[in-house]
Amino acid sequence: MRFLICLIAAVFLTTAAGPVRPASAQEGDLQSAVSGFAAGDYDATVEAIKAVSATKSERALVILQALQTGNLQIVTDSSAVVITTPAGDEGFKATDAATGADAGTVATDAIEEVRINNRVRRELASAIGTLTLFSKSDSLRMQAADSVFTSRDPEMAELLGEAIAGEKDADVKRAMLQAQAAITLAGDASDEDKIKAIELVTERGNQDALTLLTTVAGTSEGELKAAAAKGVASLQARLDMLGWVQNVWYGVSLGSVLLLAAIGLAITFGVMGVINMAHGELVMLGAYTTFMVQQVFRASFPEAFDYSLFVALPAAFLVAAAVGIAIERGVIRFLYGRPLETLLATWGISLILQQAIRTIFGPSNVEVGAPSWMSGTVEITAGLPFTLGRIWIVVFAMAVFAVLTVVIKKTSFGLQMRAVTQNRRMANSVGIRSNWVDAMTFGLGSGVAGIAGVALSQISNVSPNLGQSFIIDSFLVVVFGGVGNLWGTLVGALTLGVANKFLEPMAGAVLAKIFILIAVILFIQRKPRGLFAQRGRAVE
Amino acid sequence: MTGPITSRLLLLDKPSRIFLMVVLAATVAVPLLNLLTPADSFIHVPTYVVSLLGKYLSFAILALSVDLIWGFCGILSLGHGAFFALGGYAMGMYLMRQIGDRGVYANPLLPDFMVFLNWKELPWYWHGFDSFPFAMLMVILAPGILGFVFGWFAFRSRVTGVYLSIISQAMTFALLLAFFRNDMGFGGNNGLTDFKDILGFNLQADGTRAALFVATGIALMLAFVACRFIVTSKLGRVLVGVRDAESRVRFLGYRVEHYKLFVFTISAVMAGIAGALYVPQVGIINPSEFSPANSIEIVIWVALGGRGTLYGAALGAVLVNFAKTFFTGAIPDVWLFALGALFVLTTLFLPKGVVGGLSKLGLLKRSKPPEKSLEPPPLAEPKVEAQP
Repeated sequence: MRFLICLIAAVFLTTAAGPVRPASAQEGDLQSAVSGFAAGDYDATVEAIKAVSATKSERALVILQALQTGNLQIVTDSSAVVITTPAGDEGFKATDAATGADAGTVATDAIEEVRINNRVRRELASAIGTLTLFSKSDSLRMQAADSVFTSRDPEMAELLGEAIAGEKDADVKRAMLQAQAAITLAGDASDEDKIKAIELVTERGNQDALTLLTTVAGTSEGELKAAAAKGVASLQARLDMLGWVQNVWYGVSLGSVLLLAAIGLAITFGVMGVINMAHGELVMLGAYTTFMVQQVFRASFPEAFDYSLFVALPAAFLVAAAVGIAIERGVIRFLYGRPLETLLATWGISLILQQAIRTIFGPSNVEVGAPSWMSGTVEITAGLPFTLGRIWIVVFAMAVFAVLTVVIKKTSFGLQMRAVTQNRRMANSVGIRSNWVDAMTFGLGSGVAGIAGVALSQISNVSPNLGQSFIIDSFLVVVFGGVGNLWGTLVGALTLGVANKFLEPMAGAVLAKIFILIAVILFIQRKPRGLFAQRGRAVE
Repeated sequence: MTGPITSRLLLLDKPSRIFLMVVLAATVAVPLLNLLTPADSFIHVPTYVVSLLGKYLSFAILALSVDLIWGFCGILSLGHGAFFALGGYAMGMYLMRQIGDRGVYANPLLPDFMVFLNWKELPWYWHGFDSFPFAMLMVILAPGILGFVFGWFAFRSRVTGVYLSIISQAMTFALLLAFFRNDMGFGGNNGLTDFKDILGFNLQADGTRAALFVATGIALMLAFVACRFIVTSKLGRVLVGVRDAESRVRFLGYRVEHYKLFVFTISAVMAGIAGALYVPQVGIINPSEFSPANSIEIVIWVALGGRGTLYGAALGAVLVNFAKTFFTGAIPDVWLFALGALFVLTTLFLPKGVVGGLSKLGLLKRSKPPEKSLEPPPLAEPKVEAQP
């Protein structure tokens, strides 16, 4: 598992190594081309755009895009052309347009924007189109094709045709053909051409395509209208299906969060029968441990920040397990067999832990960073983006679940644990130290809460109240799934997660949550022992 | 103690008598000291203290209601704050309607927050709340019906112990979320506030404050007597039986769920009345009253004071809240540490609460030999055994 994550992280790092530096010969051309922007009249600007675009370098695109967004500026004293980004009240952070070198900070009144009019704007758009459509990078060409699809700018048709002729990559070529089809549909081509185009646009399968086809269906007649309507119907069906898949995915993702929060509880509550109201605070401790580890990384090894979570995981497990064992030895063991008292005492502990964290770290959120391999999205198919962070959480939750199941079923510690919970006296008499097993079991459950905290720190705010927001949900998951049953917890968490996400579009987030709470309350009335109830004498 | 009704009501055990006398003395003395002594006098009780004490007394009623079900029937509700808040909202709605056109937007019909939300007419469930008797009826009915329905579902299917605690907590959490919604028509986040009058009397006036205090004191005494009446009756004995050995009582032929439902509903109504007395003295009711943390805090008042004694619960409510007022004013950072420690230390070292501790030291001699059945033993519920 770790190895896999490292491997994938490494792949991401190498692919994200940044733009290729332009060759130095081009740099000279670019330098002279860029200086044309300083002249100040539109003709010179158009010439400069052509010259910059002719260098076909990566940097050229950056310059032209800066021009488009109004960030290309002339320093009035030196006539240097710079790209600016706002830097607070003092002015702008400038980088040299041609080289990308840092040019310090400039005041607002020391620079002047390169002005553009409609003629320049047209030239600019086509230059950017050329640069991107013929760029060396697949993803840039893909983006260019996508943006043409959305803009359906007829002026791009000619360029697009040339690009299609020279395109080698099949995916990019398809995207370009679809973009071409979109231009055809939006323009005044013949009905036959348009009907052919509809097929290509339908293949695209996203909301843009649906909008386009709906317009066509609304404004045309005869065969074209029928073809467009057919395309709309098939697109609509596909989008509905995608929406459904998306909902299931969101639900699984929420379910995994619930699973992570609840699975430690499934051990302490489910297996040991101990109500630990401080469970949420152990999750919070895990999240704060992540923060501490990241602080150390930020200060000492900033270049290895992406790996900080791998240090945070064992650290959070140990911190939370240690606190958990302290709670068990210090308080809970005196209260075995008195679940309601345990509940109150652990609630007290949760208040103390919360206030302690608040005193040490302050009441507001602390900043926990996401490693680069967890940010970004993966498009499973057109119109279905999954965020990487969520995917990792789901994978991680399932991994934790699998490891715990193995520990309980297959290890000798798991065997002793089950023996003690089923028949303490018998376990004692065959030589199991039940006190030790109690402490270790509680430590395990708490430690799992700690690593849940590491995962949750990536998707929710890390504040002293973090635990509070999960505790009621976690208890409901455990009770709903059936106490003493890890599989019940898994099914319970995923069911509640998916149900919640399906209710949300209908009722809104808060009402959905209320419905779920009421549904679980009613469910527990029907089946007081949960979804997968324990049977037999041991239950009572 | 199951003699004629009068003797059951009046011949209380010694601590109960002391408790009633203390409450009576306070109910008489505090308003007098507030209204009749000059403001600079040594014995003068300022008005804010009267309201503060009134708040404590309404919490004491709430604690009684929790003690009635937890101490005598073994039902640990972690959602009693919900009944308290519902009673409070019913009262708050009456007080909102009394504002009339004196609100910021001067709308004679709609409360300010509705005008702000651009509502055109009063929602149906706000109708009738301009009448005091109707509002008082709702103070009783709203928590009563919720308690009845919740209890009916829970007890019929034999949800007990920690399961009941968890779903009662889920109930109050669901209500918390619901009342936070602006669409609910209960003022959303801000709740109901800016009250002006009650029954035509200015809420800010010293006299009104004193009268509210007296009303709370009387309500506390009545609630106490009513609880005593219930727990000393034959029904009370059955409840204690349910607490100590539920299945045995069921096998003896009692319909356990009926007894539980009865006492739970009564307790919910008491909590609602406490809420209704709390709101005019504090001047605001908002959704945070529904928060699960509040409900758990009520339980610790009872546990600290002494579960299953009634007067202990009331004492605990006053003690903890006095400490809360003191700490949050003087050293706010320490309060949660103190409250947390209170939870831990009480459950570990004072299983019978302050009252139990005092009587162990012989400070609270009962007039009769202590009755075994009224002593709460540790709730020996079977551990949930598991076969993973």
